[in-house]
Amino acid sequence: MRHTLIALMEDKPGVLNRVSSLFRRRNYNIESLTVGHSETPGISRMTIVVNGDDRIVQQVARQLSKLINVTQVVDVSDKPAVIRELALIKVRAGHGARSEIMELANVFRAKVVDVGKTSLTVEITGTEEKVDSLIGLLQPFGIEELARTGRVAMVRGGNGGQAANLQP
Amino acid sequence: MRLTGAQAVWESLVREGVTTVFGISGGAVIHLYHALPDYPIHHVLMRHEQAAAHAADGYARATGRVGVCMATSGPGATNLVTGLATAYMDSSPVVAITGQVPTPIIGTDAFQEVDITGITLPITKHNYLVTDIEELPTVIKEAFYIARTGRPGPVLVDIAKDVQAAAIEYVYPDTVNLPGYRLPQEDISSPIQRAAQMLNEAQRPLIIAGHGVILAGAEDDLLALVEKANVPVATTLLGIGAIPETHPLCLGMAGMHGEAYTNQALSEADLIIALGSRFDDRLTGPPSQFVRQARLIHVDVDPAEIDKNVAVNLAVVGDLKDVLPALVPLVEEKDHTAWLARIQEWRNESAQRDILAQETDELLPQYVVRQIWHATQGNVIVVSDVGQNQMWEAQYFIHHRRRGLISSGGLGTMGFALPAAIGVQMALPHEQVWVTVGDGGFQMNIQELATVVQEKLPLKIAILNNGYLGMVRQWQQLFFEGRYSGTPLLGPDFARVAEAYGIAGLTVREKSQVVPAIAQALATDGPFLIDFRIVQEENVYPMVAPGAPVHHMIRRPVPANDVLKEDRT
Repeated sequence: MRHTLIALMEDKPGVLNRVSSLFRRRNYNIESLTVGHSETPGISRMTIVVNGDDRIVQQVARQLSKLINVTQVVDVSDKPAVIRELALIKVRAGHGARSEIMELANVFRAKVVDVGKTSLTVEITGTEEKVDSLIGLLQPFGIEELARTGRVAMVRGGNGGQAANLQP
Repeated sequence: MRLTGAQAVWESLVREGVTTVFGISGGAVIHLYHALPDYPIHHVLMRHEQAAAHAADGYARATGRVGVCMATSGPGATNLVTGLATAYMDSSPVVAITGQVPTPIIGTDAFQEVDITGITLPITKHNYLVTDIEELPTVIKEAFYIARTGRPGPVLVDIAKDVQAAAIEYVYPDTVNLPGYRLPQEDISSPIQRAAQMLNEAQRPLIIAGHGVILAGAEDDLLALVEKANVPVATTLLGIGAIPETHPLCLGMAGMHGEAYTNQALSEADLIIALGSRFDDRLTGPPSQFVRQARLIHVDVDPAEIDKNVAVNLAVVGDLKDVLPALVPLVEEKDHTAWLARIQEWRNESAQRDILAQETDELLPQYVVRQIWHATQGNVIVVSDVGQNQMWEAQYFIHHRRRGLISSGGLGTMGFALPAAIGVQMALPHEQVWVTVGDGGFQMNIQELATVVQEKLPLKIAILNNGYLGMVRQWQQLFFEGRYSGTPLLGPDFARVAEAYGIAGLTVREKSQVVPAIAQALATDGPFLIDFRIVQEENVYPMVAPGAPVHHMIRRPVPANDVLKEDRT
């Protein structure tokens, strides 16, 4: 089963290496990992999608927590959460295909962010499933390039900032 | 106070209570060594950085204090790796300080540059690269704090050469600020109550005492629990010494080469309480087949150990020094007469099969170990190496004292014993320290005999010399058609090697010479080496075959005239 973990960590050199090295060394099956700034200066926020049974995921969370630079780890899989991914899709777009691609993009509330002579670049934000379906529909046109960010997640509601939302 | 980076390191070490450092100098630590003579720290110059790490580890295991080792950049640092991995696997508090090439040329593949923080990432509890002198005192403070608290472990501090040479207005912090480093602090009164209830209800309870009991200094608390509830105790290899092996409730070591009666007790217990043990595969065999009949309670200071190797019914995450005193009052006094009697029966049977109960003129390693125990009455610290010699030591030396056995358990590092013993003897100059080692492992760090002489350490060294990498040879004999590939081992005349270093040595070829040789070692003030030429193809029995559950043991083949019945298993 897929689990979503959110980890907060100190924004210091080598911390990403510590995390990825841990996953590799313990042979954890990580599907995606995204990292960026959080609302607190000096603290990065990482969203990790991991495949495995509850025991494996619990191990991942506990081993992550053991890293000195990691300040908090929460499994949000069972919590109501906003889950999003962003993808940039460059599609081959000959004369006849353009309007059709743009229509598809509209249906998915995706944006065309670049128009080239022979291609269109579409930006889509949504759940992985939504991104998957658009990709599936665009595939027949020919996808030239694809960049997906991987999942980011945030627990819904609450008003006390991260600490309140991320109570395990 | 204005100090250079190098002075700041030594000043910080002094404030951490460090009196001894094991190391080797080099270009990237030359500033550190230049400043060293001004500080009240004894530097033990080792002959290999691996040995420096083992010595610091041995020092830490013997005392519970942080052991410190030091090496230069590049090969000096990489030579530490095996020693740090050894300390990491066995949760030993070590701080390693390495020099790094100057900050401006880091990343350029400079002479003797290596990414030692990258290399040691998975084998240290934490590590640091210091490129800013302002961070140096804080980093040293944190390194010692992390190394010794919680589940102890090694921490490496890599210091760029220009940082050592720079100057700072030195202030040593009083406290650490580590928001991501939390020691267990949850309220565990409810799992402790549950644990007591489970123990009170159990008919055939058994405790597995691991290294964590010793690391926590909870030996007295363990004894209080054991004696109140009359629970038998099996130990892991590193748990030896957690309870005196002379205690009637101590069953000795369990696992792959544990006593058959101990493993039998494990497999018939209805409740197993593991204290500071991580269910290592050498203890459990295949986790899926490990004691399926028993309920399991796991007490550990490291939450990541819970359910890692074996799923348990109840977990108590906390320091044994807190958990056990809280548990004891809740536990009912019991006698468990039937259960203990049953274990005693198995024990008697094992005793009859003991090879020392058989008459022989052969020079058996088990006899050597038992005679060392006999001559010293166990009032010594034994540092054992890895392989058959380690198992014979564990089986035949009766450890009644705390921290009386020091050995590389998790990593199983051959070559550990001699340098680790140097660390032990440096820490405890008034104790008698014995090294038990095979001819293979001894040759892996034999150069440290020079350090023994240099520091005038009265180590007693017993080589159980069978001319083989014996444990592998045993596996080849039992499971690989007797094909001795890569295991026959040429060795030097160890007594003469010792003599060349200035150490008295003897070669023992006959059983009758064993006792006089040990007596001579004991009568000698300085170091002494005995090369025991033991029976070459003696095996370690009993043995759990790889992949088999722990109670399926290969027992010593029964002689034809023996009346014992065939294996139960």
